[in-house]
Amino acid sequence: MSAQDAVRDAEPYAVPDRHAARDAVRDPWRPALTRSVLLRHDRVRGVDLLVLPERVVVLRGAAGSIVARCDGEREVAGIVAELARLHPDAPVAEEVPVFLERLRAEGWLR
Amino acid sequence: MNTPATLRAATPAPDPPWALLAELTHGCPLRCAYCSNPMELTDRRAELSADQWADVLRQAADLGVVQTHLSGGEPLLRRDLAEIVAAADSAGIHTQLVTSGVGLHRERLARLVDAGLRSVQLSVQHPDPRAAERIAGARAFTAKERAASLVRSAGLPLGLNAVLHRANLDALDDFVELGLSWGADRVELANTQFYGWALRNREALLPDRAQVARARARVERWRERLAGRMELVWVAPDYVDGVAKPCMGGWGAVSLTVAPDGTVLPCPAAAALLGRDAPNVRDHRLDWIWRHSDAFTRYRGEAWMSDTCRGCELRTADFGGCRCQAYALTGDAARTDPACHRSPDHGLVRALVDGAAARTKEGEPPAYAYRTHAP
Ligand SMILES: C[S@@+](CC[C@H](N)C(=O)[O-])C[C@H]1O[C@@H](n2cnc3c(N)ncnc32)[C@H](O)[C@@H]1O
Ligand code: SF4
Ligand code: SF4
Repeated sequence: MSAQDAVRDAEPYAVPDRHAARDAVRDPWRPALTRSVLLRHDRVRGVDLLVLPERVVVLRGAAGSIVARCDGEREVAGIVAELARLHPDAPVAEEVPVFLERLRAEGWLR
Repeated sequence: MNTPATLRAATPAPDPPWALLAELTHGCPLRCAYCSNPMELTDRRAELSADQWADVLRQAADLGVVQTHLSGGEPLLRRDLAEIVAAADSAGIHTQLVTSGVGLHRERLARLVDAGLRSVQLSVQHPDPRAAERIAGARAFTAKERAASLVRSAGLPLGLNAVLHRANLDALDDFVELGLSWGADRVELANTQFYGWALRNREALLPDRAQVARARARVERWRERLAGRMELVWVAPDYVDGVAKPCMGGWGAVSLTVAPDGTVLPCPAAAALLGRDAPNVRDHRLDWIWRHSDAFTRYRGEAWMSDTCRGCELRTADFGGCRCQAYALTGDAARTDPACHRSPDHGLVRALVDGAAARTKEGEPPAYAYRTHAP
């Protein structure tokens, strides 16, 4: 039987600076979750999760509220603007695009 | 074998389960010699209905389950599969179909995707169709090829599962090539776990050490070449390695299995060990089964462990190995897994692996006892 249960954490604000933040004007990416990935709030454990075929990723901190805005309609700049209004003191403009890129590199966002 | 009441009362509440393996039926058009299904296959007339599965999935979601593998037997034999997928999806549970691919047509897949299916894992016996037929006791390669292409064009992630043994370990490179040409996201190279029919066919299946070493070296080479383009998973051969596996992430710790007739098990092989002690969703709520049933609490934690494991630093990593294997090989499920080289019973396993080397020298391995069809 496969070990389908590797549970991994995704920390939105602890990201290596691998991809520089994109220029949102030249690249109007409208991120959306890929078909195999399910975002849900886990009411039993009180956390947000990304559920994938062979693993579950626990979204810490603000990560869930970022991913929830990836509906294929909003552009990255729009997501950043919304979150900046909600969290005026957080480094949203620097960190959110990097976080989204990282999820894209994992194949969870398209 | 009952846990004393005092001990049970002292046991803290378990963490909620993450995953549920739903064995929807034991019926299957194939007859794989390596099949881990129990030798006593559940009668098709005793299967839970789609409504009963929907109720089980709702209960599972309430308990904390977020992921289900719809398996069997062959889950596509269930005409009401789409209803079951829809029930899981509306309970918020992610669904993966685990299938031989036989019976997956375009319309069928479209209906399953509409119902919320998110991923498919397809098993392959051998990259060569004739060799695959010998292992499966049925012709299925063309159906698998078609299934893979349908899944890809539906945009679902595709995993291949290859159960490895003496008759296909040397074809490892071709398994990986097959994964690439079928567009798989992931190839699971799963050395045979000896339960059910696989245990019955152990002599014919068990590879020798040299064969495993060759295959392992190839996996390493492929990992370098693929560089993440396709995920390769190697499920280790515990007999040959002499290393106990962290079976199921611990007994009753991470996931539960529901058998076709509603029997609830800590792992799909545990029916043999639990016998009539296994609880059933027809009699109890899933929540009670997970938290309080004797079947699930028996080997939780470390109190049940033998001195060998209790004094071993690896017990928090492998949980003392597999209870079903200890039971199958020694008759006592609480002993250290004999696959572990530290187990006082490891000689049993070493002798079997030595025997495999002798059979390689002799040539022909014993014939397969093919899995029978469910009544
Ligand atoms: C029992 S099968 C049922 C689903 C379907 N009939 C199939 O074969 O894909 C579930 C999964 O377990 C794998 N499997 C079967 N027997 C096994 C064994 N003895 N050891 C490890 N994996 C096994 C299969 O390849 C499949 O991926
Ligand atoms: S492993 Fe083979 S025989 Fe067993 S259920 Fe799957 S396809 Fe059927
Ligand atoms: S003795 Fe027990 S805990 Fe230690 S490695 Fe072996 S099975 Fe694991």
